Amino acid sequence: MSEPELAHAGLNLGDTGALTQDQAENAIFGFWIFLMSDAVIFALLFATYGTMIASTVGGPTPASEFKLLPAFVETLLLLTSSATFGRATIAMKYDEPRRVLFAWLGATLGLGLVFLALEANDFATMFAHGAYPMRSGFLSSFFALVGLHGLHVAVACFWLVVMVGQVCAYGLDARVRINLLRLGLFWHLLDIVWIAIFSVVYLQGNIG
Amino acid sequence: MTVSVPLWPAVLGRFGWQDLPFVRAWENPTISEIIGAFAGALVVVGAVVVAALLTRYGKWRYLWTEWLTSLDHKKIGIMYIVVAFVMLSRALVEAVLMRMQQAVAIENPGFLSPDHFGQLFSTHGSIMIFFMAMPFLTGMINYVLPLQIGARDMAFPWANSIALWLTIGAAGLMMASLVVGEFSTGGWSGYPPYTERAFSPGVGVDYWIWAVTLGSIGSTMAGINIACTVYKLRAPGMRFMRMQMFSWTSLCTSILMIFAMPPLTVATLMLALDRYLGFHFFTNDLGGNMMNYANMFWLFGHPEVYILILPAFGVYSEVVSTFSTKDLYGYTSLVIATMAIAVLSFTVWVHHFFTMGQSANVNAAFGIATMTIGVPTGVKIYDWIWTMFRGEVRFTVPMLYALAFMMTFVLGGFTGIILAMPPLDYLVHNTLFLVAHFHNMLIPGLLYGMLAGYHYWFPKAFGFRLDERWGRIAFTCWVVGFYLAFFPLYVLGASGMARRTQAIFEPSFRPWLYVAGVGAFVLLAALTSLGIQLWVSIRDRAKTRVEAGDPWDGRGLEWSVSAPPPEYNFAVLPLIDGRNPFYDHKHDEGQPDPYASPAAYEDIVVPRGSATSVVIGLTAAVAAFGLIWEIWGLTVVALQVIVAAVVLRSFGRDQHRTIPAAEVAREHEAWLTRVRATPAVPRQLETAAVNRGLAEIVA
Repeated sequence: MSEPELAHAGLNLGDTGALTQDQAENAIFGFWIFLMSDAVIFALLFATYGTMIASTVGGPTPASEFKLLPAFVETLLLLTSSATFGRATIAMKYDEPRRVLFAWLGATLGLGLVFLALEANDFATMFAHGAYPMRSGFLSSFFALVGLHGLHVAVACFWLVVMVGQVCAYGLDARVRINLLRLGLFWHLLDIVWIAIFSVVYLQGNIG
Repeated sequence: MTVSVPLWPAVLGRFGWQDLPFVRAWENPTISEIIGAFAGALVVVGAVVVAALLTRYGKWRYLWTEWLTSLDHKKIGIMYIVVAFVMLSRALVEAVLMRMQQAVAIENPGFLSPDHFGQLFSTHGSIMIFFMAMPFLTGMINYVLPLQIGARDMAFPWANSIALWLTIGAAGLMMASLVVGEFSTGGWSGYPPYTERAFSPGVGVDYWIWAVTLGSIGSTMAGINIACTVYKLRAPGMRFMRMQMFSWTSLCTSILMIFAMPPLTVATLMLALDRYLGFHFFTNDLGGNMMNYANMFWLFGHPEVYILILPAFGVYSEVVSTFSTKDLYGYTSLVIATMAIAVLSFTVWVHHFFTMGQSANVNAAFGIATMTIGVPTGVKIYDWIWTMFRGEVRFTVPMLYALAFMMTFVLGGFTGIILAMPPLDYLVHNTLFLVAHFHNMLIPGLLYGMLAGYHYWFPKAFGFRLDERWGRIAFTCWVVGFYLAFFPLYVLGASGMARRTQAIFEPSFRPWLYVAGVGAFVLLAALTSLGIQLWVSIRDRAKTRVEAGDPWDGRGLEWSVSAPPPEYNFAVLPLIDGRNPFYDHKHDEGQPDPYASPAAYEDIVVPRGSATSVVIGLTAAVAAFGLIWEIWGLTVVALQVIVAAVVLRSFGRDQHRTIPAAEVAREHEAWLTRVRATPAVPRQLETAAVNRGLAEIVA
């Protein structure tokens, strides 16, 4: 029986050296498993939000607090950042000039930071209305869910900066390539989670 | 403008002298407080003695470079099991104290205050689950799994070490709670709203939250690592259906860890948000709903039961097959049963709170799902019995544990079926009947299994066998002690005695509580016997060496290498052509000699040790300590250290070491030469001194 060709879900490093591809196989697979456990965490926060959405105890409600326009802009920012990260990964895979890689990574980082700034602004607006997490079970679950996503984006931005530092320090060696692939997966997962947040939290809050 | 920060809270947080058990015992010298002070002193003295001995014999450097910073899965596995034994000792002593209290506190206040009693049952449960059972099974999987599937290490050695050190850090917090402050009185499940700040303002619940949180993160990491190792690092030809049963159960356990530990992390962190920042997840007021906690906790808690039990099932499969001199009966059905249990374990969590308000229909659905788990478990029991049937059964210590398990576990399973029926559960819930039931499952289903594995693989790990006689004494004590300590609790529970009771007002319970108390002492004797056994075994190790590596005529690949195995496990990665490659090669005509010299050697790359994982794990505990005592500055600094350590590690290169082919060849050939000079012994003599680890092959 011949061994199946090594490959993992997502962009493979196939032609950048057999050894790197071999290492990436395990490393990326392990990261996928980690992402699944992270997805369990988000699933539970969504479930908690679902059970607590009515627990407004006379305080702010979804309809009174959630604005569709900023949430829609944030969605577009994150979706675009996934596209730019995807482009950066291709630049990495095909060893395009370093400045191309940095440009796409920089664009991704910029979009991530603008997203965080807008989200912080949303939160500040809500706080100004008296909609803070200690007010009700509904707001506790909202800030835990959306806040945890924001925390993930912040970690991903920090990680991106570290990766740029590593590209500068080591060029695109096997570990840098693998970690860029992992960061990409992380980034895309956050995108998917945000789409769920946009639907379950913001759309439901405005329409439901 | 100057801001004056009071020095005391900034440096010591909410610590006050009253938080030291010694001060409490001095001011209020009751037996309860003196016991607390003694326990705290024991922790301090124990730590000082260990440190003094290490200094006296100049072993710090050796310990640090060879063990603590090692990324070798075998050493990490051994360290996990050491942690498990230390914590087992503490939690067992606590159990004895509780049994004594209940035996004397019949229409009498007894010698333990209610608060102290509450801390005892909370630490006993938390430790036994998170810091005895989990490290024990994780350590065993760590040690055995890569050897069984023909891998040179786990998939992520550095993450493996971090998981270990998070567990050690969390266990350290449990020990710290004896010396500074107090522990939670909310039980191992920590139900809010009792554990909310409104009702438990002290540091106890915070100790519980952070110890459990760190432990759960460590277990999630361990699960990811184990699963990835099984999926990706099997030796050439090691298809899934050729893996040893222990590898299968390890895989299922790791899948459960990946999906079941995060709910625990979420539940404890939400409780922390409630306590620290005034959120309202589980509070009584402002829209909190503690049922969310109950659901999430048991969404973890029930799969956890199978996380604990499946590895033991794996050990029993190995042990029963080896010591019955037969192939495992119904291998495929065992694999399917294991997977079925893993899947079903996610469908039954509501049976932990039948009485908490769902409709009868919901309860019925979960009750039926619960009984369904009995089916694959029954399949397993029959498979083991059929494996023994017409086999040449050898009654070694691991086999004795396996037999005791089968009897005892089935009895516990019957009471489980009783509890699975919601109407009956309404009668006995929250009584000692439940306590008897889960001890009846977990002592045979986890502890006996781990002890069987400990006896079975100890010679592999250390190169010499454990003393058989003291092993049998310990076994007898574990079994007799179990029945004495827990079967009376069924009677008491059925008679209505509530669990976690500090004082009893029903004189007719007295004889049963006395019997249970005697049982607790027999269990303590069992643990002592294990200690004596270890000491005797180390003393007499010259007579029990099994360097050839195969003392039990084993089946899996782990027996094909030297004992202890080299750092790289396999000089040459084996090519797998069947389910029991090592056994078949030994026994069948026309098969390649398992001790033949390989045609060629290659360089082997192994990970270098790393201090960053130690720093991350212990600093996480420091950060948690800061949170518990509200020393915010300490937490901030500790978190920065963790981030710095992760980034530093990611910038590191040259984290591997290459062992040249020539060195591998020299070591391996030397071992093969010694194997060829080793006399083979028949199975009847496997526990005698002549057993040097080479099995005689009867044609």
